Amino acid sequence: MAFVNLKNKEIQVKIVYYGPGRGGKTSNLEYIYRKFAKRINTEMVTVKTHGDRTLFFDFLPFDIGIVNGYDVKIQLYTVPGQVKYNATRRLVLRGVDGIVFVADSMAVRREKNILALKNLQENLAVYKKSIFKIPFVMQYNKMDLKEQGIPLLPVETLERDLNSQLKTPSFPASAVLGSNVVATLKRIISMTVASIKKDLI
Amino acid sequence: MSYTLGQKQLDSIEDILQQDLIDNGVRCVFLIDMAGNIIANLDNGEKQHDIYSLAALAAGNFGAVSAMAKIIGENEFSLLFHKGKKENIHFNKITTEFLLITIFGNDISLGFLRLKVSESVELLKVILEPLLSV
Repeated sequence: MAFVNLKNKEIQVKIVYYGPGRGGKTSNLEYIYRKFAKRINTEMVTVKTHGDRTLFFDFLPFDIGIVNGYDVKIQLYTVPGQVKYNATRRLVLRGVDGIVFVADSMAVRREKNILALKNLQENLAVYKKSIFKIPFVMQYNKMDLKEQGIPLLPVETLERDLNSQLKTPSFPASAVLGSNVVATLKRIISMTVASIKKDLI
Repeated sequence: MSYTLGQKQLDSIEDILQQDLIDNGVRCVFLIDMAGNIIANLDNGEKQHDIYSLAALAAGNFGAVSAMAKIIGENEFSLLFHKGKKENIHFNKITTEFLLITIFGNDISLGFLRLKVSESVELLKVILEPLLSV
């Protein structure tokens, strides 16, 4: 639910990083925070448990500048990926405008990705939103692990598992090294801003 | 779903917040929606907070407390208030979609604050309710 402030000429947009636990959602935000530190003048907010796992959400406000005369403020959120935190996941999704699904490319996590995607679809339905209609970008994370000899799912398999119906833009990425993190972000921002524009006209 | 507020509506919202709350000694007040977007924020000029983070956490916190209420069989908790040594924070829901958050010092009593907040909430409802029917 984007909010358009006609007085300050400002649009606030909410983008949520979703996906299975330990898939790299927080790492995506951490990379963005490091990379764009100059443009982000606040601290990244993160509510973690002891084991460094996201408990509630991470939050990063991100100013992309002026688009069509409006100051566009992007609010990036992650959800806790662990299955048991579904109630908080649902809370974070409230009013979401765009979604990045961070899938874990490790072969052992194949089923977890599929379950997380299904869970996202169910949770969006609570807010009467369709996974097929909301701006959506797929990211296949942890591609860097290949060099360490860890078995990964081929991109074709990931595409078949997760993206055969959605047919949404997808990126193989490494959140730790930063490859395609910015490409993913740019894509979801442009899709989301375009959809809000359409909404308003 | 997106929603828009025009100059006139935002001016009236800010007038209400200024006259009812800031002029009565509240340090900082902000109106947000449940997604964590900031609609209006005013302060008395003493302190600048990181309001974007505060709004995101406040919306999350309010959502969590509402979910807790439902689990124990309450519709919602009527008083949401955190007390600190010098600063206190108070949350008040407006319709289902908006939240009014006030930060105030110990020079104002909680009772007086709640009275003033509920007066402004009634005024804000008139402006905000039509947005929900869109």
